[in-house]
Amino acid sequence: MLFGLPLLSLIIWLPIFAGVGVLATGGDRNAQLARWIALIGSIAGLLVAIPLYTQFDSLSNGMQFVEYSLWIERFNIHYHLGVDGIAMPLILLNCFTTPLVVMAGWQVISKRVSQYMAAFLIMSGIVNGVFSSLDAILFYVFWEASLIPMFLIIGVWGGPNRVYASIKFFLYTLLGSLLMLVAFIYLYQISGGSFSILDYHRLPLSLTPQILIFIAFTLAFAVKVPMWPVHTWLPDAHVEAPTGGSVVLAAILLKMGGYGFLRFSLPIVPDASQYLAGMMITLSLIAIVYIGLVALIQADMKKLIAYSSVAHMGFVTLGFFLFNAYGLEGAMVQMISHGFISAAMFLCIGVMYDRLHSRQIADYGGLAKRMPVFAAFFMLFAMANTGLPGTSGFVGEFIVIMAAMKVNFWYAFFAATTLITGAAYTLWMYKRVIFGAVIHPAVEEMKDIGGREILILAILAVAVLGMGLYPLPLMEVMHTTVDDLLVHVGRSKL
Amino acid sequence: MNFTQPDFAPAYPEIFLLGMVCVVLLADLAWGEKKPYIAYLLAQVALLGCVLISFVTSAPGVVYTFSGMFVDDPMADILKILVYITVSAVLVYSRSYIFVRGMLSGEFFSLALFATLGMMVMISASHFLTLYLGLELQSLSLYAMVALRRNSPGSTEAAIKFFVLGALASGFLLYGMSMIYGSTGSLDIIRVTEVIQSGVTNHAVLVVGLVFIVAGISFKLSAVPFHMWVPDVYEGAPTAVVLFIGSAPKLAGFGFVMRLLADGMGGMSADWQGMLIILAVMSMVVGNFAAIAQTNIKRMLAYSTISHMGFVLLGILAADENGYSAAMFYVVVYVLMTLGTFGIIMLLSREGFEAEKLDDFKGLNRRNPWYAFMMLLLMFSMAGIPPTVGIYAKLSVLQAVLSAGYIWLAVVAVLLSLVGVFYYLRIVKLMYFDEPETDALIVPQNDVKVLISANGLAMLGFGLFPQVLIALCAYAIQQSM
Repeated sequence: MLFGLPLLSLIIWLPIFAGVGVLATGGDRNAQLARWIALIGSIAGLLVAIPLYTQFDSLSNGMQFVEYSLWIERFNIHYHLGVDGIAMPLILLNCFTTPLVVMAGWQVISKRVSQYMAAFLIMSGIVNGVFSSLDAILFYVFWEASLIPMFLIIGVWGGPNRVYASIKFFLYTLLGSLLMLVAFIYLYQISGGSFSILDYHRLPLSLTPQILIFIAFTLAFAVKVPMWPVHTWLPDAHVEAPTGGSVVLAAILLKMGGYGFLRFSLPIVPDASQYLAGMMITLSLIAIVYIGLVALIQADMKKLIAYSSVAHMGFVTLGFFLFNAYGLEGAMVQMISHGFISAAMFLCIGVMYDRLHSRQIADYGGLAKRMPVFAAFFMLFAMANTGLPGTSGFVGEFIVIMAAMKVNFWYAFFAATTLITGAAYTLWMYKRVIFGAVIHPAVEEMKDIGGREILILAILAVAVLGMGLYPLPLMEVMHTTVDDLLVHVGRSKL
Repeated sequence: MNFTQPDFAPAYPEIFLLGMVCVVLLADLAWGEKKPYIAYLLAQVALLGCVLISFVTSAPGVVYTFSGMFVDDPMADILKILVYITVSAVLVYSRSYIFVRGMLSGEFFSLALFATLGMMVMISASHFLTLYLGLELQSLSLYAMVALRRNSPGSTEAAIKFFVLGALASGFLLYGMSMIYGSTGSLDIIRVTEVIQSGVTNHAVLVVGLVFIVAGISFKLSAVPFHMWVPDVYEGAPTAVVLFIGSAPKLAGFGFVMRLLADGMGGMSADWQGMLIILAVMSMVVGNFAAIAQTNIKRMLAYSTISHMGFVLLGILAADENGYSAAMFYVVVYVLMTLGTFGIIMLLSREGFEAEKLDDFKGLNRRNPWYAFMMLLLMFSMAGIPPTVGIYAKLSVLQAVLSAGYIWLAVVAVLLSLVGVFYYLRIVKLMYFDEPETDALIVPQNDVKVLISANGLAMLGFGLFPQVLIALCAYAIQQSM
């Protein structure tokens, strides 16, 4: 509780109402007002989330900050919220990202400012809802609702091919989630009329239904993560989305898929998860190895980072299906760390795009001479993206590789190739963009980053380094929950 | 010969409305030249009166009157009240459309009321002949309304198609009823139910009758393969009339199906379930895929209607209280969405310009962000995307289908509804992503403004708090079964 208000509801609804407030400022005449309301709203959203960390009991394995009231009586659907050590860090990540996104769009977005800012605030609230719902239908409502703001962000403020990208994004994700809805209703039938996720965790199920439910869940979550081969919407969406859209997409929305695996697939259908783990691990390794190679040949920076996201998220799904504590914790750390690093990478590309209006690597070169401060920041994030020790990128990947080594040498071997390919595609891009002689006259004109941009990148730099050097606070909060999850996964439901 | 006075009380709303239609006709004749608004105002008064009467006389029990030909139960009361509200909203939306185009306004309003009367009779019938009577009163009024714009070849063509196919469907229905009569010896729905349950009938004859009845029903509900008239009528008829045809008659159609299939032929549900599965799946396939290819928004919505009716049939074919109330909830939500959507189409139309092409929605967000947002809510609701109410309609039906044991059907239904999402998204895309082609101002009257806003926000309001509507439909079905 905070000021007598239920904390999780506040975290969900404060940004949404702030977003409505931003919308109410109307047209672009009041753009400056809209920006300030959005910034204040997003910072308030971050502040109310802080008690979530400070009051969190990291030794409890149950749900915390629980809210429970009847919502739709006829189907026994409840407004049931609560977080554990898996959901809590993701909510904080989301609340942390929103102010950055608002600042990143400060001057860049000049058309329909209020709608732009409102879309991000509303989405932030909805995503918090996704991470804290304990009722399947409530979860589904938040899950699907998050598509609408992102669809508009890509479609309205996106690049030339935005229509294709936004519709592809929407339909692709919807395809997976509709089958998840059928799975929920099926579980409702056999659980005797309950949509509570925690009830599902205890529900006995035989193998065939488990496998069917697993497939339905996997379609929903794998599209979102995204796993190879259902990742093709991501590069399109990233390339066309405005910078803020790419940041939220990579840093937050992809994590919804990972979260889904942990909240639904593993504990609800543990036997099917074990049974099909080989397939999931194979798909993850393909994402790591093959998509890493695909990233190598990209000429478009955003596409390159999009593919690198797919490869990094491969570590997440790999960690999940190793079924040991290292794997799960490593995957969680990787999710949070990828949230910081991918946000930073897309913001860096945004900085360059704002100046030159090109994302092509070939259009740049010699930036170090014109933008030394920017080049330094970019260097740090590029290194983090390759998994340099001391940055957050190292921690997650290293733990997952260790966990894989325990299970099977070859899993670890293939996963470790990312240390080479990741370094290759990121640093090669960095070299071509930042170093060398200035060959294009337009680059000569480019100005170094200003105070606003330095502030955003510095905050992210602190986060990346902080987590890289001292990840313990994060690992601590999730430890009990991960152990508890492993107990669930280990217990057969047959 | 004994003559006992029948109990008129259950039919007070019908009797009142009949009287009021005559008043509207006469008043329009007397003062219509000078005061064209009089018919509109009187029609609204009539509907308001009906709401009050139905509300006051509604009671939990089931009451039969006129020798068992007419029934009044909570389902009838609730459906009728929804019909009045729907028709009233239709009249508000279409008023300026009618006046600006100089269509015969007095005739429009009185025909609308006659059609409403027909729907009320359909909803309250407990005899095959009463059902048929109500259906024909409704249909004949609709045929005339479609042809109301006499000078337009498109309207006339649509009216003729509608009439010929409608008459054919009525023929099917009558033929089916005659087979039922031949087999059970009665047209009284209660009696028919008893005879069917006693099992002393010729099943083959009954099934033949059932086939024809289902064919007639699917024509009225516009299910595939009896859907041919829908796109043509939607395209050809004046938008105000399309709004009318697309909304309230679906509520009445649901009541009609309930009386015929659930009440009358409930004992043969195993036979009609199979037929409805085919109709439902075909409707969803044809409706969703054909809608993608349309460039005319009215045609697109016609196909969208067809696919929605497929979903309604899914609820009905579950053949239990759960399924019926899910289907009723779906119909109510569908009517709400249709009202709003056509309301906005008429909003964009103006004198000498019909907003009929999809491209007319281009850049609506630039021209008027509020109405664009309302349309966005309506489209996402049609597509079944939360947090709008459309998802709960789909959820209820899917739950009913799954609990009836048709898992494959639920999977087919969600996959086909994914196809449907595409063309609703396209409208959102046109409104938000594209630049406007015109900057004509949108200046609706105040009541239309309020009603459209309420209608659009209802998508969100019922989406956040769907319990009210769901419980209402569940109550209606529970009390009447």
